[in-house]
Amino acid sequence: MGKVNIKIDGKEYAVKEGEFILNAARANDVFIPAICYLTRCSPTLACRICLVEADGKQVYACNAKVKDGMEVTVNTPNILEERRAIMEVYDVNHPLQCGVCDKSGECELQNYTLELGVDSQSYTIQDTKRETTNWSSVLHYDAGLCIVCERCTTACKDMIGDAAITTVKRGGEALDKGLKSTMPKDAYAMWNKLQKSVIAPSNGTEFTNCSDCGECVAVCPVGALSSRDFVYTSNAWDLKRTPATCAHCSSGCQIYYETKPASIEDRTEKIFRVTNEWNYVSLCGAGRFGYDFENRVKEKDEKAFSKAVEAVKNAGTIRFNSVITNEEAMMLQTLKEKTGVKLVNPDARVFQKFLNAYSVASGQSLYSLDFKDVMATDFVMSVGSSLRNDNPNARYAFNNVQKMNKGAGLYFHPVGDNLVPTFGKNVEVFTHKVGLEEAALYLILDLFADESKLPSDVKEYLASFKSTSTKTVKEKVMKSVTETVVDKETGESKEVTKKVPVMEEKEVTVESNGLVELLGKSSDTFATTFEKMMKKKESFSLVVGEDLYFHAKAENIARLIALIETASSVSVAMIPPKTNSLGVALICELDDEATGSTVGYNENGDFTLSALGRGDLDMPSMNQQEGTLTNMHKRVTPTNAALEYHGYELNDIMKVLIDAPRETIDWTVKLPVTKGFKAVEFDSLPNGYLNDGTENRGYTLETVKTDAEEIAVEKVDESMVLDGEIVYRCNPQRQFNDFSDKAHEIFEAFGLYASKARAEALGAKVEITFDNRSIVVDVIEDERMEGDIVALSDFKSSQDVYALFGESRYKNVTMRKV
Amino acid sequence: MGLEQFKNRNVGTQNYTKLDVGVKPATSMDQFKQVVKRTFKGELFVGLWVTLREMVNALFLDKMHTVKYPFEKMPISPRYRAIHDMLRLLESGHYRCIGCGLCEKICISNCISMDTRYDENQRKEVTEYTINFGRCIFCGYCAEVCPELAIVHGQRYETASEQRASFSLFEDMLTPIDKLNLQQEYDGFGAVSPNADANIKKTPLAY
Repeated sequence: MGKVNIKIDGKEYAVKEGEFILNAARANDVFIPAICYLTRCSPTLACRICLVEADGKQVYACNAKVKDGMEVTVNTPNILEERRAIMEVYDVNHPLQCGVCDKSGECELQNYTLELGVDSQSYTIQDTKRETTNWSSVLHYDAGLCIVCERCTTACKDMIGDAAITTVKRGGEALDKGLKSTMPKDAYAMWNKLQKSVIAPSNGTEFTNCSDCGECVAVCPVGALSSRDFVYTSNAWDLKRTPATCAHCSSGCQIYYETKPASIEDRTEKIFRVTNEWNYVSLCGAGRFGYDFENRVKEKDEKAFSKAVEAVKNAGTIRFNSVITNEEAMMLQTLKEKTGVKLVNPDARVFQKFLNAYSVASGQSLYSLDFKDVMATDFVMSVGSSLRNDNPNARYAFNNVQKMNKGAGLYFHPVGDNLVPTFGKNVEVFTHKVGLEEAALYLILDLFADESKLPSDVKEYLASFKSTSTKTVKEKVMKSVTETVVDKETGESKEVTKKVPVMEEKEVTVESNGLVELLGKSSDTFATTFEKMMKKKESFSLVVGEDLYFHAKAENIARLIALIETASSVSVAMIPPKTNSLGVALICELDDEATGSTVGYNENGDFTLSALGRGDLDMPSMNQQEGTLTNMHKRVTPTNAALEYHGYELNDIMKVLIDAPRETIDWTVKLPVTKGFKAVEFDSLPNGYLNDGTENRGYTLETVKTDAEEIAVEKVDESMVLDGEIVYRCNPQRQFNDFSDKAHEIFEAFGLYASKARAEALGAKVEITFDNRSIVVDVIEDERMEGDIVALSDFKSSQDVYALFGESRYKNVTMRKV
Repeated sequence: MGLEQFKNRNVGTQNYTKLDVGVKPATSMDQFKQVVKRTFKGELFVGLWVTLREMVNALFLDKMHTVKYPFEKMPISPRYRAIHDMLRLLESGHYRCIGCGLCEKICISNCISMDTRYDENQRKEVTEYTINFGRCIFCGYCAEVCPELAIVHGQRYETASEQRASFSLFEDMLTPIDKLNLQQEYDGFGAVSPNADANIKKTPLAY
């Protein structure tokens, strides 16, 4: 995007074209006060405090775009008067309870009241009683403190996509009309709106029906919204912030662990809450509330340690999952090179295979887009990912494209979901049969590919789905009819010509697309909706997920995706299945089969190393160790230890067995450069954001280019289609692994999630029989699910659900009520 | 008096007065003589006379000078900064502390700590409060910053105890509920100024 020059208070700045004045100013460290505006969301215009003068006209900096040569004045006497009046109005009836308020010290109302020097109050109105309520198991809303800036509702709608909260009527006293002439104009308009509204769950009940991500809590400028667990337990200034990376899913979001001593009795540090840079990154419920999964170890257990060294030395296999740092993965890989131990990690293994097949076909070692790029596109597609459950950030990106870029979206998934269609009116959902993922990709090829770039067999194959048929359609035609009308008074007859609508039958040739029909939609209606969706679209992205990696034809699918990228303007982003699957896939040479005795690292095995505190030797959990994680944005981000840990770590074992350096983070420079990592010291890795939203965290992986070969793809294998009773391996929202499960504020249970109708039919408990084993689980209703496919959680490693499913996420099973 | 003489750091030029301390005995014989001379000088009886006089004063004339510490204590200034008291509201008897944490924040020796929680009445409850008197320097900032006049310096200056915990928890500092009527409004360090009422500006209210 081009740059334009603007002047703010006489100083010249080169800013991004089409940017809002406010963002342009922020990017250049110029301060314009603003309360209601959220970067990455649409301007709300609730606070009106960002008023500035641009080329002699008063505009709102949050929704006026920069123009070349624009001259902006931040403060004029009139604007200052408006701003002061606005702040005075916000302070009317705002409870003077800063002393107990959780937000005190980091409150924007406090800050702006001081900033604008409000030391007296000119306005007054009768207060309305507003009750404090709990919206959900985590959300606490104190309506009395709310200034209705609507930041929470904006974030919930534009970023999260739940739209679970909205403004409702307050029932407050009407403003004195006389104020309209005496008060500054914008302050009056703002007050008028403020006095009428308050925030409430949008479903009309007392409780929100949402994913409990807590982003509304993060964006609240005052103490109105907070986490139920945190209310009145600590002041902001008492907490020590440790910048880190969330280790629950592959988003690898920037977070701060905020710690202080647990209580007067217990002086050990405890995490009180997790906060984030909410202007630039949005967390999910697991990231925000799933923080207390630490493994408290008082001292080094030397006996267990020597056993562990012995076990690792004699191990045939080390079995681990992807909740592991790059450094630890590197240790395991080095161990493998020295001793030949097998490394087994099912989730990273399938992703590795998939990524390899993709890079061979596409000629680049990594997928093209990160999810920030996806957010910037205006047409987004998702195949093979349960968007709502698999990865919150992918879902936020999908939703944000609809809300902010006037975008459109195609969502292909076998499990019905009633949330995705609400993201935008240009979202088309294909609830296709299990096993038809290839058909979905072929449809994308058909819709977007430049035919000249397609191999001839693919072209023919796509053409074989097209058929033309003639169809009779009824059409409204205006016909002129001549009538003789007799005038009643004069008795004269007149000839009048009228136009009358007449339904006429007409034959038209319709081109129908067999692929669309195969995926379960009517070809005719889709053609018209697709035409509408494509209007004014410029950039296209495709998000692919775990279903495709765990697919019998994964390699063909990977090649298809490479073909989509080469033959069309669609770029691809992949969702690694677990936290650091991408890092593990790049660093480790993984094996398919386990042999000999197994050492499990946070997994089952003959000897277990566990950060969950239930193994043979304790390991530090992710909030107790330093290291880097490779996230789905292809970024290597550092994470720091928020809590102390007194036991042994993996590096201690490595120090005995192989020539390991002193600290775990000394491995950071050793990460394989050939795979795109950089030889950078851990301590030099930044972890933050710049004012213009640039992500300044760690470094981005280098994409290694190789020569791409001719891409040969196979046809859709319809024998893959599953019918009958199908179970899908999928976690509920906010649950990702044993660590999120351990956290006390994550309540989602292990079980079988089913749509309302299906849950009623199944009863309270079922026994599911897989090929080799059966499992008895509770049935849990998920209002957001639709259709007959049920979802079995996999976050408890002790249940070994991965083994039940094998190399697929879908399985035909028999279910029996228990 | 000006500060000039203190600022003059040139040793020897100040106006020092020398005391006449006499001549030190040089030999051991001289020392022996000094002892004998001082012993039989009669000063002993001067001292005994003073003792007798004061005994008569105390026993018969009711002019006792001794304070029977620890049964009696000298009155001390209200501005004296000794061990903290936590005061209660006079009307309801509820403790005044709102748990705002300002004392904890301002404490320069970082010795105050408190536990708070959200209670059943939607209020912030102070579940425990402690001052580590091993570290406290009795600077009085906590009393000064307290917006509720909840923490004040008391008159209890004995900082000896079998256990530090026995005088530094919330309960120990809080006015006993049965002695609420004896609770004095504190006018020492951090108390409101006498003209505080006059300085208050009323918030305009529409009702």
